[in-house]
Amino acid sequence: MPRIFFEKQSYTCQGNESVLDCLTSHGVPIPSSCRSGICQTCLMRAVEGEVPLAAQQGLKETLRVQNYFLACVCKPTNDLKVALPDAEVGARTRVTVLAKEVLGGNITRLRLGCTLPLDYRPGQFVQLHRDDGLVRSYSIASLPQLEEPLELHIRRLPEGRMSGWIHDILKTGDTLEISGPTGQGFYLPGQPDQGLLLIGTGSGLAPLWGIARDALEQGHTGPIHLYHGSRDASGLYLINELLELAEQYPNLSYTPCLSGPNIPKGFAAGRAEQVAFSHLPKLTGWRVFLCGHPTMVATTRKKAFLTGASMKDIYADPFVIAADSIKPAA
Amino acid sequence: MSTSLFEKLGGNAAVDAAVDIFYRKVLSDDRISSFFEGVDMDKQAAKQKAFLTMAFGGPHNYTGKDMRAAHAPLVARGLNDSHFDAVAGHLQATLKELNVPAELIAEVMTIAGSTRNDVLCR
Repeated sequence: MPRIFFEKQSYTCQGNESVLDCLTSHGVPIPSSCRSGICQTCLMRAVEGEVPLAAQQGLKETLRVQNYFLACVCKPTNDLKVALPDAEVGARTRVTVLAKEVLGGNITRLRLGCTLPLDYRPGQFVQLHRDDGLVRSYSIASLPQLEEPLELHIRRLPEGRMSGWIHDILKTGDTLEISGPTGQGFYLPGQPDQGLLLIGTGSGLAPLWGIARDALEQGHTGPIHLYHGSRDASGLYLINELLELAEQYPNLSYTPCLSGPNIPKGFAAGRAEQVAFSHLPKLTGWRVFLCGHPTMVATTRKKAFLTGASMKDIYADPFVIAADSIKPAA
Repeated sequence: MSTSLFEKLGGNAAVDAAVDIFYRKVLSDDRISSFFEGVDMDKQAAKQKAFLTMAFGGPHNYTGKDMRAAHAPLVARGLNDSHFDAVAGHLQATLKELNVPAELIAEVMTIAGSTRNDVLCR
């Protein structure tokens, strides 16, 4: 009979038992509600072992490829090592700062070298662990298939303990630890002609820069519209790189947006999401990636849905700027 | 063996087709949209899906107690029959939009209607 490994314990799945029944009957508290594979409250992830297809029905595609499953309808046929979605998966890895560069707009780009290759997708995020225990999450801008070093964009936050330290003290050659990756906002091939809309504010460009280049690398042929917003021009970065990329790939369009009063030539006036919706009033059939300010992400996500995007096609990672949050802070 | 309502409607695929349309109607309705302010849209969509599955006669673990607990804060904020009717209207319109035969719509509406007292905590 298959065994379920969860948090260093193993449990034997009796007869026709689901993973949820098996764990809860042993007193392991796993959140659940409908117990019919619908409500997704009992979402878990298989860290090792194969989950039956039926246990992934109705899940977002990006969750499926990462072996997420619904515990209530998962009748395992083999041993599984499972974890709750928020659990830190995998060991921490020590990384070395290979390069540190100011990109403008209070953004520093870190390039990190890992001794072991890190299995990630552009747009996911990692947790950075400082040696005194301070932890923050940052989105990944690099592409693993190009063997780029892990690239993070760190915006200096007012009184930000980690971001201030990275900007002022951390230097090339220093080491720190990372864990992860986590997060569902990344590109998957399969619908190469689908329209992709990417909207980000501030260092929310990091995952979008990764996702857009990843899509292009993987041969995406549909339109890719990237809107990056800030109050004034000094808050935007990678402008020339993005303009060059758009030159190289005709299906990519890049619009830098400014919500402040001064709009130099080449910039669009208004908040990034307003400019995007003025260009694309109907989003039926589009895949949407949002990253940045939590209010922007929440309102834009709703508007994207109301203007026709399907819930399963909207990927939103709000930045949570909180003392001990593990959501992306930059 | 007779075919169940859930099978006649098309099972999980029917729920998948209905959930976006239904949730979009609910969120666009100013009479009720304030009850959804600040909720996590992915979690809410999953709940809508659980509700639709139940209303479609599909597998569920529905308990009136859970329904009451979930809606009690909304009842405290003024949730009443008019809001329930608005949501029910959107369900009906969704099914019509998907060309579901009238007699099956009636069956779904009966199941959905049976939750009224639990939703309104009466």
